[in-house]
Amino acid sequence: MRTRAWTAVAVRALSLMWPKHSEKIVMTDLGQMQTDLVARIGAADSLDAVEAIRIEALGKAGSVSALLKSLGGMTPEERSAEGPRINGLREAVTAALAARKAELEAADLAARLASERVDLTLPAPEAPRGSVHPVSQVMDELAEIFADMGFAVAEGPEIEDDWHNFTALNIPETHPARAMHDTFYFPDVAGSNHKMLLRTHTSPVQIRTMMTQQPPIRIIAPGRVYRSDSDATHTPMFHQIEGLVIDRGITLGHLKWTLETFLKAFFERDDVVLRLRPSYFPFTEPSAEVDVGYSLVNGKRVIGGSEGWMEVLGSGMVHPKVIAACGLDPDEWQGFAFGTGVDRLAMLKYGMDDLRAFFDGDMRWLGHYGFGALDVPTLSGGVGA
Amino acid sequence: MKFSLSWLKSHLDTDADIQAVADTLNRIGLEVEGIENPAEKLKGFTVARVLTAAPHPQADKLQLLTVDQGDGVPLQVVCGAPNARAGLIGVFGREGAVVPANGMVLRKAAIRGVESNGMMCSSRELELGDDHDGIIELPADAPVGTAFSDYAQLNDPVIDVAVTPNRQDCMGVRGIARDLAAAGLGTLKPLSVAPVAGQFPCPTEIRTDDAEGCPAFYGRVIKGVTNGASPAWMQARLKSAGQRPISALVDITNYVMLDHGRPSHAYDLAKLTGAVVARRARDGEMVTALNGKQYALTSAMTVIADDSGVHDIAGIMGGEHSGCSEATTDVLLEVAYFTPEHIARTGQALGLTSDARTRFERGVDPAFLDDGLEIITALIIDICGGTASDVVRAGAPPVETRSLSYDPAHCTRLGGIEVPAEQQAAILKSLGFGVDANWSVTIPSWRRDMDGSADLVEEVTRIVGFDHVPSAPLPRAEGVAKPTATPMQKVERRVRRTAAARGLNEAITWSFLPESAAAAFGGGEWSLANPISEDLKVMRPSLLPGLLMAAQRNADRGASSVRLFEIGRRYFRKNDGTSDERLTLGLLLGGDKTPRGWASGKASRFDAFDVKAEVLALLAAAGAPTDNLQVMGDAGTYYHPGQSATLRLGPKTVLAAFGMLHPATAKAFDLAGPAAVAEIFLDAIPAKRSTGFMRAPFTPPTLQAVTRDFAFLAPDALAAGDLVRTVKGADKAHIVAARLFDRFTGAGVPDGQVSLAVEVVLQPAEKSFTDAELKAISDAVVAAAAKVGAVLRS
Repeated sequence: MRTRAWTAVAVRALSLMWPKHSEKIVMTDLGQMQTDLVARIGAADSLDAVEAIRIEALGKAGSVSALLKSLGGMTPEERSAEGPRINGLREAVTAALAARKAELEAADLAARLASERVDLTLPAPEAPRGSVHPVSQVMDELAEIFADMGFAVAEGPEIEDDWHNFTALNIPETHPARAMHDTFYFPDVAGSNHKMLLRTHTSPVQIRTMMTQQPPIRIIAPGRVYRSDSDATHTPMFHQIEGLVIDRGITLGHLKWTLETFLKAFFERDDVVLRLRPSYFPFTEPSAEVDVGYSLVNGKRVIGGSEGWMEVLGSGMVHPKVIAACGLDPDEWQGFAFGTGVDRLAMLKYGMDDLRAFFDGDMRWLGHYGFGALDVPTLSGGVGA
Repeated sequence: MKFSLSWLKSHLDTDADIQAVADTLNRIGLEVEGIENPAEKLKGFTVARVLTAAPHPQADKLQLLTVDQGDGVPLQVVCGAPNARAGLIGVFGREGAVVPANGMVLRKAAIRGVESNGMMCSSRELELGDDHDGIIELPADAPVGTAFSDYAQLNDPVIDVAVTPNRQDCMGVRGIARDLAAAGLGTLKPLSVAPVAGQFPCPTEIRTDDAEGCPAFYGRVIKGVTNGASPAWMQARLKSAGQRPISALVDITNYVMLDHGRPSHAYDLAKLTGAVVARRARDGEMVTALNGKQYALTSAMTVIADDSGVHDIAGIMGGEHSGCSEATTDVLLEVAYFTPEHIARTGQALGLTSDARTRFERGVDPAFLDDGLEIITALIIDICGGTASDVVRAGAPPVETRSLSYDPAHCTRLGGIEVPAEQQAAILKSLGFGVDANWSVTIPSWRRDMDGSADLVEEVTRIVGFDHVPSAPLPRAEGVAKPTATPMQKVERRVRRTAAARGLNEAITWSFLPESAAAAFGGGEWSLANPISEDLKVMRPSLLPGLLMAAQRNADRGASSVRLFEIGRRYFRKNDGTSDERLTLGLLLGGDKTPRGWASGKASRFDAFDVKAEVLALLAAAGAPTDNLQVMGDAGTYYHPGQSATLRLGPKTVLAAFGMLHPATAKAFDLAGPAAVAEIFLDAIPAKRSTGFMRAPFTPPTLQAVTRDFAFLAPDALAAGDLVRTVKGADKAHIVAARLFDRFTGAGVPDGQVSLAVEVVLQPAEKSFTDAELKAISDAVVAAAAKVGAVLRS
């Protein structure tokens, strides 16, 4: 309403100011014209209708265009008075056209989008879910834990000779421990003085490492090992991890600390309790088997506490004869070694109960016990997943 | 090694209960594998009297008994035993008791319509023997109402100890008692051996002709024995050790072996002719051992023989012919020392194990031959009667005293524990060592395992207890922590996790294969001499057979889609005969690539391009230069010949092989559908050179690239890859990329030809291309294509 009142006054002023041109100009009531046009634009029900009004008003022969053209014939005084009014009219009409056009376009878009509705309860294309085998995952976990203690990862062949697998480890040919190893052998080859076999433990990597590296040595050696044994808890192939430290002044106390630190970090529990029992391995002296305490949770053995004990590790101080067999001086260098089953550690931590399933490749088992690609064990994120 | 608590206490003076004994054994390195009290199994079984016996109204073979189990209340019991009768005293299992032989819980139940309140038991039901012809009959004075386990003196827990191979001395109960005494659990009772004086010269010549295998052979004859059953106390101990009583003579030799770790052998003198000699066997000589099996001997083996032949595989097993029987009246005792290494080799060669071998190959106490012989003699005369001859001693056992010089400080240096020198000396002495003022330590004859100072440290620390060794942190290495994985290990980890991220499941399959599976994949170079089965015999030359077998098992379980990979070694042989183990990634895509879907329609199958995509992605993750690889042939005979290829770096270095599996291979592995497979030879991928952390500066081109499309007609034998490579090389200064985006045969394309459309990306350098420049490049592209037989489509 205010706009209209102001326009009416302006029109009267125009007619007062330029009386000599008044007969040339059709003295339209600009206010009324704008009101009419804006109302019609607002009522236009299609983009075509809006366009038609635009041509009628602003086209070459349009009503507003005619008013604009009339400015050319005015005196400067008339023009400076009429110009703003006519341009005001044009701007108001232009704005109304744009607004209505936008409204109609938005309505069109809304209508189109409504017609494009899809049922999003329909299934999306499925991406297959890959997995990392628990043995690989646990090996990565162990590598991470031991890296923090300065251990490198070492490797050795799985097809070994009897010297590395037995003799150098202080297990001579007639030693009862050889028979206890259930060894897989390869046929003798003429001209070869070494019997070839599948390594029965990861301990030959100790020998290979000591023979090629100068102390101080800190390594872990994970890998496949083989024993001619098969039942619910034994498979002819399984995984072990070996640890070896050779340095000056290493004692049984360091071994104990290392194993405590490792097992606590692996199970991520402070209440992991170790029990070292004197035992016998030909390649360590003194030797210890290591039991870990467990608690019963819903009938299942869970590592931590000391309701019962289970054996998880073999370990000891590296036998002076083994150090000497590798060409090192046992009076200068001493250290410790340990070995444990990777599959077994996985079972204790993650609760699998059948070792044979580890090597079956059952997609359901791999999906159930496997780990995500991004479950990379890190110290900052926790080594367990 | 199993023995009862009462047996142990015959050597060890102690008040300790079974748990204290077990805890101490574990603490000092004698691992307890189990404790079992036979009385536990016999809970609920009591001595009872049959009051009345009458026929069962409904069954001919059953009787109705009333039984008094000590409370005077007659209980009705149905019984099928023919010997059940009024007045019999037997063993009654009351309601709730568990029958040891079959785990059945006794309940009040109607048997053929008559209520029965328990069971009268046979020997077999109580696992006391094999007799099942009738119920147990106890003597008339057996106290009715007493727990049967108490009456039968079975309330004596049995401990099972796993003796490690170094501790032969603990393969006898006395040795275990000695260790326990050293650990402070009691005192070792003195062993008094009274020699039995010979009543007559030994009538049999005893000799050793094999000083190497049998340095000492002691023996004597005992005449006039009666070989009946051994006494109950001995039978009880043998049973606790898991041995079956046989006859007094056999039981006595077994008992002394278990009691003192001293094996021996008793021959029936009547079966021997001439001198009894320890000698080498002759090649091909045969003997039938006590286990009833025949063994062919070699000249590497020691035997005990007489004029007629071999009677004993020395130190391992006696012969059937000259063993003692009930009819034996005169025996020849053999107490010998056999060289451990010798016994081990013979036992391994014959594949024969025995309690005697286990002890001899670990090394029995060489100073215990005389005592052993006297203990056995005394027991025989005591139990079987008879008179003994003089002792004959042929040869001499290796009894020279060994000593070690020891520094008590070594205990701290190696064991990490401070133990006062006096305490160390006391521990060693209690274990039988001699310790003099200069710390020269003499080793007891039964501790063959001692051969260095470290062994003495172990003796001291194990008796003190490993739990007293304080934990000592490993010192941290100086300086910056370095990566502890090798470049290859890092590649393996990256590839593994990339594969998992791409939807593949990691499997681990056997390293060994059936021979046929290995043969189908190039043949294995390592075949086991003693495989556990024919299916696990040849070390794999390829990872694919294991994956194919896994895929087949998955298909059998109804899996519609299988995406498996494995990272592991393939096994080859180097020229020098050592193993050549190559780290490889195997990959298998089988079954449906996508299931049927509302948008995608029918299920789709994997094709060679699916596996190509995986291979390229994994190679990229491994750091291989994937842009420079050539697609060539020779993937292998187990691949589809038209849908397989190798990816090579240069003409020789094969980084991967991939493609569709040959249908014949699929069939051989019982796979129903096609499978796309690949192997990536991780060991062939060149290691990336380390260039430090700093990256090359980022310099994007200032002008935008221009894209031009070219459509060619080419013979359909032309490899598209060759065309693209040729096009890309047509103007190396300006063409930065070329990519094939359309391949078409059919309407408008002549037979035998194919339409290939290539998108070429041109990168202007300083200023935009002029029309003339663009035309020149375009001409170069067309000319290059023409060289490989492709003509621009008009």
